[in-house]
Amino acid sequence: MSSTEHTVDAHVHRDDVGSRMGMWLFLFTELLLFGGMFLIYSVYRFEYPEAFHLAAKELNTIMGAFNTAVLLTSSMTMALSIVAIQRNQKTLSIIMQLITIFLAIFFLVNKYFEWTAKFHHGIYPGSEELLSKGSGEILFFGLYYVMTGLHGLHVIVGMFLIAVMTRMTRREIITKDNYVRLENAGLYWHLVDIIWIFLFPLFYLIA
Amino acid sequence: MAVESATIKSNGHEPSYLEYKGKHTGLLGWILSTDHKRIGILYLVSLSIFFLVGVTFGVLMRLELIAPGETIMDAQTYNSIFTLHGVIMIFLFVVPGLPAVFGNFVLPILIGAKDVAFPRINLMSWYMYVIGGLLAVVSILLPGGPADTGWTFYIPYSVRTNTNVMLALFAAFTLGFSSILTGLNFVTTVHRLRAPGMTWFKMPLSVWSLYSTAWVQVLATPIIGITLLLVAIERWLGVGIFDPALGGDPILYQHLFWIYSHPAVYIMILPAMGVVSEIIPVFSRRTIFGYKFIAFSSVAIALFGSLVWAHHMFTVGMSNTGQFIFSLLTMLVAIPSAIKVFNWVATLYKGSIELATPMLFVLAFIFLFTIGGLTGVMQGILTVDIQVHDTYFIVAHFHYVMFGGTGFGFFAALHYWFPKMFGRMYNRKLAKVAFWFLFVGFNVLYFPMFIMGWLGMPRRYYDYLPEFEPYQFLSTIGSWILVTGLLMMIYNLYHSVKKGEVVTEKNIWGGETLEWQIDTPPIHENFLDIPKIETDPYQYKGNEEVLEKEEVS
Amino acid sequence: MEKHDYYHEHSHSYGIYIIVWLALMALTAVTVAVAGMDIDRFTVATALIIASIKAYLVLTIFMHLRSESKAFVVFVLVALFFLGISFVLLFADYSF
Repeated sequence: MSSTEHTVDAHVHRDDVGSRMGMWLFLFTELLLFGGMFLIYSVYRFEYPEAFHLAAKELNTIMGAFNTAVLLTSSMTMALSIVAIQRNQKTLSIIMQLITIFLAIFFLVNKYFEWTAKFHHGIYPGSEELLSKGSGEILFFGLYYVMTGLHGLHVIVGMFLIAVMTRMTRREIITKDNYVRLENAGLYWHLVDIIWIFLFPLFYLIA
Repeated sequence: MAVESATIKSNGHEPSYLEYKGKHTGLLGWILSTDHKRIGILYLVSLSIFFLVGVTFGVLMRLELIAPGETIMDAQTYNSIFTLHGVIMIFLFVVPGLPAVFGNFVLPILIGAKDVAFPRINLMSWYMYVIGGLLAVVSILLPGGPADTGWTFYIPYSVRTNTNVMLALFAAFTLGFSSILTGLNFVTTVHRLRAPGMTWFKMPLSVWSLYSTAWVQVLATPIIGITLLLVAIERWLGVGIFDPALGGDPILYQHLFWIYSHPAVYIMILPAMGVVSEIIPVFSRRTIFGYKFIAFSSVAIALFGSLVWAHHMFTVGMSNTGQFIFSLLTMLVAIPSAIKVFNWVATLYKGSIELATPMLFVLAFIFLFTIGGLTGVMQGILTVDIQVHDTYFIVAHFHYVMFGGTGFGFFAALHYWFPKMFGRMYNRKLAKVAFWFLFVGFNVLYFPMFIMGWLGMPRRYYDYLPEFEPYQFLSTIGSWILVTGLLMMIYNLYHSVKKGEVVTEKNIWGGETLEWQIDTPPIHENFLDIPKIETDPYQYKGNEEVLEKEEVS
Repeated sequence: MEKHDYYHEHSHSYGIYIIVWLALMALTAVTVAVAGMDIDRFTVATALIIASIKAYLVLTIFMHLRSESKAFVVFVLVALFFLGISFVLLFADYSF
């Protein structure tokens, strides 16, 4: 918290710590955005334990676990990309970032198959099939689609963000001496991962 | 831009921020500016416009209510008018107001910085604000008509009604995002950009207030963001989340709504309290009493304020345990506010009081906020709330705190920092006349509502029993007195921006905080050199020569 | 003005990240296995505890929280506190 840490340059004010601080604060807003939905989930889970248990059987645990592994790995590759740039290994950093993006795409493709499989079985918001079930199950799937959907949106945004970072790394705007942008993109990506770390057991492992 | 032609060069060498020519000039130089001072002015201009729209709706409401039965509009229209009055006043005036206008203008200067931590994000906050405001206004004009759900958008009606609820929801969401970005900016600014020597306990108290507010903005706002988004999703896709027809729980919606909207009222009041803490020392010529108590109470208000939300829901069917816990916590949150009031009054005691206009508004704040606050404590008592919930008693309470508190605090800040912002002085006499119209009008408008509410007059009702007519009538008269005051004040300030008496002295009020050590109006970078801080912010002992100056009020 | 060291003084080796990744994968396997076991009421609690450990590892190592100044840790705790207290007070209504 020392205010003597920053240096005011002649031309541009640069404050990496401040930059990361701003990013963390933004992450808190994301945490609470999803947190609101976890609050809702917890109340409905409390009120409809059997219905949630029943509805969760419709979800494929293997797919969910696999996607979890994919995202965790992408978090690792993102972190490694930063070590690489710290060590002035530009190409390795770019490779790591690209692998992260690839893993993200893989995650989304899996999600796509999961969702379409469900649509095929007539389970989607507002469907007759779903509405014929009890309240608890309707709520479970409502939360499932909204929470994983919003999470998926964040994955997409994260992918684009990292793609921008890759471009900047290639053009040496991000370098060994100036990589706070990459760190911030990493922070965002890790949060997306953390949200999934909680989504996974709450939806897939309560069957 | 009208303002530029009226400005003066400060001390000859550097142009003021009003005249500064950066990458862009003219209008673009304003709407593309990342200068926190220009952004503050941009907010002031846009905010004033939305405020006047909100006032208009209020005046129309009072016109309708002057007599029982239909007077100037039908019931449906009335529902929409009070909805928009609430949405505009809360999301476009009271919540953003002080932080976005005065926090932006003054915070960096108060801590000895050249700007906020993220100037471009600051500009983006303003863009989001304008977009949100436009969405709200558009919702009035498009077919379907403006939302009629009340600003609280309670389920299930908000999912059923065919009015432009979606637009209103997106307006609120966008405005929330604007608020979040401002909060994020201020937290980082206070941590990272304080001048050398300015420790936490050498910061001015308004910085403590703005800092605490910023945390609430960052943490609480996302909750309403997601809640409103879910209502929109439910309307659009029929996803079961809150709608009881789909198994949802409308009370859960209320919980989620108030988890933000209660802390939001502390976003509204804390900066105003900060302004009071700034102005009282200056116009009583005394160091603030209990600096640390006031500083910590800002943090405590932000903290405790996050724990009391369900006191808005005592009558909806909560568990007894829940009611009891929230009532108890509500009693606690009044304590830090009371501490502030005691400290302010203690500062006034044996002070050399100068009743300049900013001071008048601040004294009115203390009076009006105390009434509002005490009635709030009354409502926190379960047995009382059963009687007064959803009556005019509540309406009076929140207008006393939000308008008598934050509103008057905003007016105080306007009159205090106006000379510094524009290098002009307003007409002091007219300002005081306007103040008295505002103060008297306010009380005539809102005090009868306490009585009416106590006697059972429900809120948001278009029609009422004849026994309430005298109070409603009196209240409407009060609204006209109030609006007269508002118009006088607005005319005075607006006119003085261009034609007011020129002010070039740095310290017109004899203040001790940093904004009074720099040029009037400030130069683009605020300071030629970043100052080194060695003293506490409210030292009035060595300031005798200011007392000798000709009276500034 | 002092020369500011813009990058972390302790930049990690690759190794720590790979080790944490292995731990995360292992914990995921554990949580799936536990879910298969029938321990009813403790399923949620166990799953959440394991998820919290995983989140802790991501926060401290991947997100470098342990090499940032104490202020960042306080920030995270404040945010978690707000979320946590919301849960607690919400259930003050629902669990009675």
